[in-house]
Amino acid sequence: MRIKSQKDFFSGLLFVAVGIAFAWGATNYKLGDAARMGPGYFPLMLGVLLAILGLVVTFNALVVETEDGDPVGSIAWKPLFFIILANLTFGVLLGGLPSVNLPYMGLTAAIIALTFIAALAGEEFRLKEVLVLAVILAVTCYLTFIVALKLQFPAWPAFIAG
Amino acid sequence: MELFSNLAIGFGVAFTPINLLYAFVGCLLGTLIGVLPGIGPLATIAMLLPATYALPPVSALIMLAGIYYGAQYGGSTTAILVNLPGEASSVVTVIDGYQMARQGRAGPALAAAGLGSFFAGCVGTLVLAGFAVPLTEVAFKFGPAEYFSLMILGLIGAIVLASGSILKAVGMVLLGLLMGLVGTDVNSGVARFSFDIPELTDGIGFIVIGMGVFGYGEIISNLGKHASERKVFAAEVKGLMPTKEDFRNMAPAVLRGTLLGSALGILPGGGATMAAFAAYTIEKKAKMRPGEIPFGKGNIRGVAGPESANNAASQTSFIPLLTLGIPPNAVMALMVGAMTIHNIQPGPQVMTSNPELFWGLIASMWIGNAMLIVLNLPLIGIWIKLLTVPYRWLFPAIVLFCAIGVYSTNNNTFDIWMVAIFGVIGYTFIKLGIEPAPLLLGFVLGPMMEENLRRALLLSRGDWSVFVTRGLSASLLAVAALLLVIVLLPAVKRKREEAFVEE
Repeated sequence: MRIKSQKDFFSGLLFVAVGIAFAWGATNYKLGDAARMGPGYFPLMLGVLLAILGLVVTFNALVVETEDGDPVGSIAWKPLFFIILANLTFGVLLGGLPSVNLPYMGLTAAIIALTFIAALAGEEFRLKEVLVLAVILAVTCYLTFIVALKLQFPAWPAFIAG
Repeated sequence: MELFSNLAIGFGVAFTPINLLYAFVGCLLGTLIGVLPGIGPLATIAMLLPATYALPPVSALIMLAGIYYGAQYGGSTTAILVNLPGEASSVVTVIDGYQMARQGRAGPALAAAGLGSFFAGCVGTLVLAGFAVPLTEVAFKFGPAEYFSLMILGLIGAIVLASGSILKAVGMVLLGLLMGLVGTDVNSGVARFSFDIPELTDGIGFIVIGMGVFGYGEIISNLGKHASERKVFAAEVKGLMPTKEDFRNMAPAVLRGTLLGSALGILPGGGATMAAFAAYTIEKKAKMRPGEIPFGKGNIRGVAGPESANNAASQTSFIPLLTLGIPPNAVMALMVGAMTIHNIQPGPQVMTSNPELFWGLIASMWIGNAMLIVLNLPLIGIWIKLLTVPYRWLFPAIVLFCAIGVYSTNNNTFDIWMVAIFGVIGYTFIKLGIEPAPLLLGFVLGPMMEENLRRALLLSRGDWSVFVTRGLSASLLAVAALLLVIVLLPAVKRKREEAFVEE
């Protein structure tokens, strides 16, 4: 059978999978009855509904004709990778990883690292520009979040601030 | 009259220097992000929520509201000058606005958008002030069954008005409701779907979902497009003043847009975008005056109507939030979050327990609109300069503000890992052509819906018919059913698809 709409086909499968997962998870909790609902009642109901709906969407995607097959299109792996990596690096540098005894490096280092990694996601990477941008962002954030708003962020690495 | 004494309280609150300052900051930020394509009020409000912890609640809400309606003004500037909608609600403004700019009439187009928005904003604020009291009285008659039915109506409204496939929008609402249930169940104390992760027993933060899906998801998708699709050509602006003929043409369009926008804003699920679409359709249907430029070629009514409508709707969509505690769209869902941060439970009791907040917010909207017209017309030159800032400088800054924003809500890196996951999920939604806004609405309503469903059925001893035997509840459900039927009628369905094709 040919898929008539790729986007809808995969959306439908996604709904089915998530619906089943929630419904199955809900059966681990007490269901109760309508008058005295347990914690599992409402999620089970919603999960089943979502899975059924997903089936309908998938079925439609196989039956209803579309003009160009509604392709999902190419996935932007590069921006996806670098944006998420920038975000994760920011978290690691700002908070450290206590589970592996990695100390925090503070907001300033985190901002500079994030700017560089995020900039790699773009089409062109101009070192000088990124450098200037990173410094501007670091100074602005230091002034707004730490000096003005007094948020409890570590600004400098643990080994300096002690 | 009581309305005036209430408004007097409001203006007293709104005219304090600190609140004027925050209204100004909100409007400025709103215009800024409105002008910039690729970042919307949803992501901005999500980013700034944590920063409002330190502010008094009135100032926080005044600023966040300013961002929302300020974005409606800013969005039109980009639409007219560069043929790109700065905001989703300016999509239709592009059609005639850019044509006017190409004919050297960018000034009058901007003025039509600005003046129309200002008029609509003033009327919208009055409607909000006038409707608030009677609707609040109705709200006190609501029991759990009514609240549940009202939420159903709101969700159906969001589904009907979402762009794209209706079935997928239903799926997103269900998904949002389910995600809203993650965390400790208030009735039994059981931690649901938390995988023994302590942070998850408090539930998923909606800031995390908002930033991940709307912030990161959008950025990744924008970067995936080729530079040519994002390229910006700014038109020149000379002379702002519309001619007498322009005024004669735009005045009725502004009036129609304002009325339509005010009405659609109140409806659950309604909001600025839908109002703009509907207003454009009506303008196209309205009779042409002799010698008028046809639509699509630079008709000033095609700018004035939708711009008035989206601004009116952005004001009146506060009505369901402030009187019933039910957010009608995703931005309002974030406002619920802003209120809960400050320990204010949105709902009919806000007006009596926090009158200075309630009326102060309304009064600030009028002041904000006055500020916006100054910001947007005489200072237009600054915003045009801003459009020449390349995206490669902007997006790292947006990524950074998202990351800082989520971290600062709880000072916990767990939220940063979560936002990464939701960034990937958000990008998946965009790739699969699923509109994510209904998800956020479902997410906020999830716990409320479950709570009211449980209470309603507990009171009726498990009898589901309680939802149709109580008058108010039954009529709400009837309206919801009617909405669904209307949108599924073949004729309307085709029209709806046409309306969204331009997106």
